Amino acid sequence: MGYVAQRGMLRGGGELSTENSAGYETIIEGGKHWSFNVGGGTLLRLTDLEGGANAGMLFYNPQNTLERYNAPDTLKCQHTFKLTKGHCLYSDMGRIFCSIVGDTHGWHDTVCGNSTRALVAERWGEKSYQAFRNEWTQNGYDAFLVEAGKYGLGRRDLAANVNWFSKVAVADDGRMVFDARFPKAGAVVELRFEMDTLVLMHTCPHPLNTASEYPRKPLKLRFGKTQPVAADDFCKNSRPENLRGFANTDLYRRFAQGT
Amino acid sequence: MQQTSTLLPGEAVFRHVIKAGDYWIDTLRRGQALRIVDIEGNQSADTLFFNAADVADRYSAVDTIREQGNVYLSCGTKLLSTSGRVLARIVADTVGRHDTLGGACAAESNTVRYDLEKRTMHSCRDSYLLALAQHDALGLGKRDLTHNINFFMNVPVTSDGGLTFADGLSGPGHYVEMQAEMDVIVLISNCPQLNNPCNAYNPTPLEVLIWDGDVA
Repeated sequence: MGYVAQRGMLRGGGELSTENSAGYETIIEGGKHWSFNVGGGTLLRLTDLEGGANAGMLFYNPQNTLERYNAPDTLKCQHTFKLTKGHCLYSDMGRIFCSIVGDTHGWHDTVCGNSTRALVAERWGEKSYQAFRNEWTQNGYDAFLVEAGKYGLGRRDLAANVNWFSKVAVADDGRMVFDARFPKAGAVVELRFEMDTLVLMHTCPHPLNTASEYPRKPLKLRFGKTQPVAADDFCKNSRPENLRGFANTDLYRRFAQGT
Repeated sequence: MQQTSTLLPGEAVFRHVIKAGDYWIDTLRRGQALRIVDIEGNQSADTLFFNAADVADRYSAVDTIREQGNVYLSCGTKLLSTSGRVLARIVADTVGRHDTLGGACAAESNTVRYDLEKRTMHSCRDSYLLALAQHDALGLGKRDLTHNINFFMNVPVTSDGGLTFADGLSGPGHYVEMQAEMDVIVLISNCPQLNNPCNAYNPTPLEVLIWDGDVA
């Protein structure tokens, strides 16, 4: 497993303060889904253990799930198409769910959406639950619907999601290219949550992945706590827009959440 | 791809000017063609589509660009729904490139992009929310305001993953036309944004025209 060796590459990232205290670590196998709530101040480290993982993720304010991750706002506020270290993930209310404080992968997609049942069946063939039990070929869209349903959310509430560890570049004429050479075993992304957040996630294949077999790549998650955001924080200062995003988030935490 | 239309304005069954900063919502029947005209040029038309028979099935920017393998919309683009169905096809386009990555402006995103004290400026999302409130029989609300199309907006993606807001490729009289593949609700905000060049800092009117089509 290359991920241990990669840890030294996390320059300037959030420092996990859980080395000696109660953190939590788990591995989600490929082709599965999960959801969880995290409080502001949580550090979540994602590791693509074998290379080629895809982690679909959506974010909501648990106190009002109408406030949700907004990919267009996230991209246009930071004049970026890819997501990497220094970027913040914005809600539609001008606040920051989390900041990307560490990233050894360098390019994550947020405009390609999910694999669907039809796409998986066409590309890799469908493996049913009846025949394959939990080795069935789950798809990202259905996975999100299951997790969304646990919080009273449904089809109308899904939005453009992040696909961690998947790179999709764009040529001058607009063509989208999934970079199958890009996966990195042991690649790490660190998310520092700036407010309380509901996270829906899956580890189903990226919809543009053309691997010959259904990719079933595990993802490690490690939860810990971070230090308060410093005045000279890299993400906060990476763009003037992010200073204002942090100001909005701070106002919300101080006056609405009392933290 | 640029493609002109053969439809004649004099034969349209409906014509309406959307004033700068206003919205328009209506149902387009299967087979009908809808033209949006950028009357004075460089005016963003923030547009959403919903399957009229199942409003939870609506325009999906991510499915549309992924399935055509290109981030820009133009003639030939199939506008896909969240369930992968074709809501409408772009059948004519004198501009050649439209954006669907940039979303709609909102009071809250304006605070991030420009200034916290600009939170009270008029925005597309305000128009959308008013439209849905004034047409609440449709059963639509904020959760249905998903990622829209910005007709006449030019947002080039760079090869190193940047996003730029370039001068519009549109100009006075340019238009885009689509044909409905099913009955769809169309919601357009004529963008009131004053803080960036998407409307050339001067929001202007748009015109919508509808023609009846041949429904096989």
